[in-house]
Amino acid sequence: MSLTTAPAASSTDDALASEPQRPRRVPAIGKSFAMFRNGKSLTGLAILGVFVVIAVFAPLIAPYDPLEKDFTALRQGPSAAHWLGTTHMGEDVFSQVVYGTRGVLVVGFLAGIIATFVAVLVGVAAGYWSGWKSESLSALTNVFLVIPGLPLIIIVASQYEDPPLILVAGVLAITGWAWGARVLRAQTMSLRNRDFVQAAKANGEKLWRIIAVEMLPNLTAIIASSFVGTVTAAVLGLTTLAFIGVIPITNLNWGTILFWAQQNGAFPDYWWWYVPAGLCIALLGMALSLINFGIDEYVNPRLRSAGERARAMRKKGLAMDGGVTEVRVGQGSAP
Amino acid sequence: MTTLEFTNVSKRYKVRGAGDMLALDDVSFTLTSGQTIALVGQSGSGKSTIAKILTQLERASSGEVLLDGEPIPHRGPGLRRYRQRVRMVFQDPFASLNPYHTIRHHLERPLRLDKVVPKDQVEDEVRALLERVRLDPDATIDRRPHELSGGQRQRVAIARALASRPELLIADEPVSMLDVSIRLGVLNLLADLQRESDLGVLYITHDLATARHFSDEIMVLHHGVVVERGAADSVILDPQHEYTRALRDASPDPDKHFAAGAASTARS
Repeated sequence: MSLTTAPAASSTDDALASEPQRPRRVPAIGKSFAMFRNGKSLTGLAILGVFVVIAVFAPLIAPYDPLEKDFTALRQGPSAAHWLGTTHMGEDVFSQVVYGTRGVLVVGFLAGIIATFVAVLVGVAAGYWSGWKSESLSALTNVFLVIPGLPLIIIVASQYEDPPLILVAGVLAITGWAWGARVLRAQTMSLRNRDFVQAAKANGEKLWRIIAVEMLPNLTAIIASSFVGTVTAAVLGLTTLAFIGVIPITNLNWGTILFWAQQNGAFPDYWWWYVPAGLCIALLGMALSLINFGIDEYVNPRLRSAGERARAMRKKGLAMDGGVTEVRVGQGSAP
Repeated sequence: MTTLEFTNVSKRYKVRGAGDMLALDDVSFTLTSGQTIALVGQSGSGKSTIAKILTQLERASSGEVLLDGEPIPHRGPGLRRYRQRVRMVFQDPFASLNPYHTIRHHLERPLRLDKVVPKDQVEDEVRALLERVRLDPDATIDRRPHELSGGQRQRVAIARALASRPELLIADEPVSMLDVSIRLGVLNLLADLQRESDLGVLYITHDLATARHFSDEIMVLHHGVVVERGAADSVILDPQHEYTRALRDASPDPDKHFAAGAASTARS
């Protein structure tokens, strides 16, 4: 234990001292998440995190079973027993909202994962190849881009008595991957001709390695943003479908709550029935959008610096709203 | 002794709506280890096309590239073997290094790909490479390209090219993107490395002055045609082709002073 012989820089940990270059590897992992390290993304992630916790621990949080009927308390306003009141069947709205989070998040994320997977596959391939392969993948993307999502889902869902969640997520993914694929294709095309990709090729790297190791890390921000975008679209799609009654009531989510509220004349008097679910949809949508704004700022530093400039000017007490630069008027002689 | 023969190579690009564009027209030269040839020409003269054909990023439309008398295989282990022996340093060190990866990754990959050293010696070899290009291994190995200066990056790019222990090196305008103040340092480094390992270097540039400083032989390329070639000094001092003369006169000559009037106009 002779501390005097140890190099001063690596102070306490012997494991670190034997491998001085190890600690510097930490930023390598941190860099992948750098896009989330700003106020907007963090706020969005925090809200999203709350919803995830609610979804995971729904049985612990919800005071009642969401479908448990209490016929002594029908259409009652918020009270100590029922924090958000009850439905026309005496079901606890708060419990329904809590359990409904599950359906929304599961379908949203499932659709996001499937859509992102397809988008990366098609987009990167279309961007890396050139010629007819790229053109036909691009044409395919365009076709899916113009397929109207909701009518397609209504048709597919109507074929089933009780469409499973995975099917709903799958159809939402099919209508949602094309936009991400387009953006990824464009970005991959620009990456393909960068010198570092050419250098890797000239070094004799295999195709899959060039794509997976050299190119994909440079696409993470776009992939993440495309993922978040699809989740947002899927959440809105799911709740819309549930609200218009395409998805049966056995699948409990915020949209179903709105569906029952609307069916039983809750608007506008029984506000406790529909406001919480509506707020949750808005809140989740906002959280996801905030995450995406944060990624946008990371990808496009011009947005970031504009925000910083605005903050700096506000600190100095200057207004940013005036779009016109003020010019001090001199003796009045126009040039 | 390695010999790379570039014989009667032509390269045609298809341009949409405009027919063919002849980028290289019947170009031939021979590069042997220990020798430096400078390939001089303006932008669009076909310099980079030669580099791309030599690295097999593009294929020649006609003609042959022979390494030690044998044509380059188009795929498979033969092509990899060729690429291990003939390496390239890219022009722009800001673009040729992957912004996402550390310097360690950039130097490890060729070592692992070509199995230059056993796996447990890769780390030592990376450090040795960094020292060869006069970079401090401890200060650079875990950095990313954006944390280094342009000159440091180009040194890393040179180290990457040397990692597979090539016999021939293609340097595509290796200093044109660097500050004038550090160009000489990088060029001298290349010259030292060449002497140390008896490399054959094809130095592609648009700058006649560095071409003369650095190479034994100069080839002047104009619109895809070699218009003049010869020993470096004779090409510069006694150019035969008018394009070479124009190129030489286009670069400022430190011995010639501007007339007072001309200087003031130039500064304004």
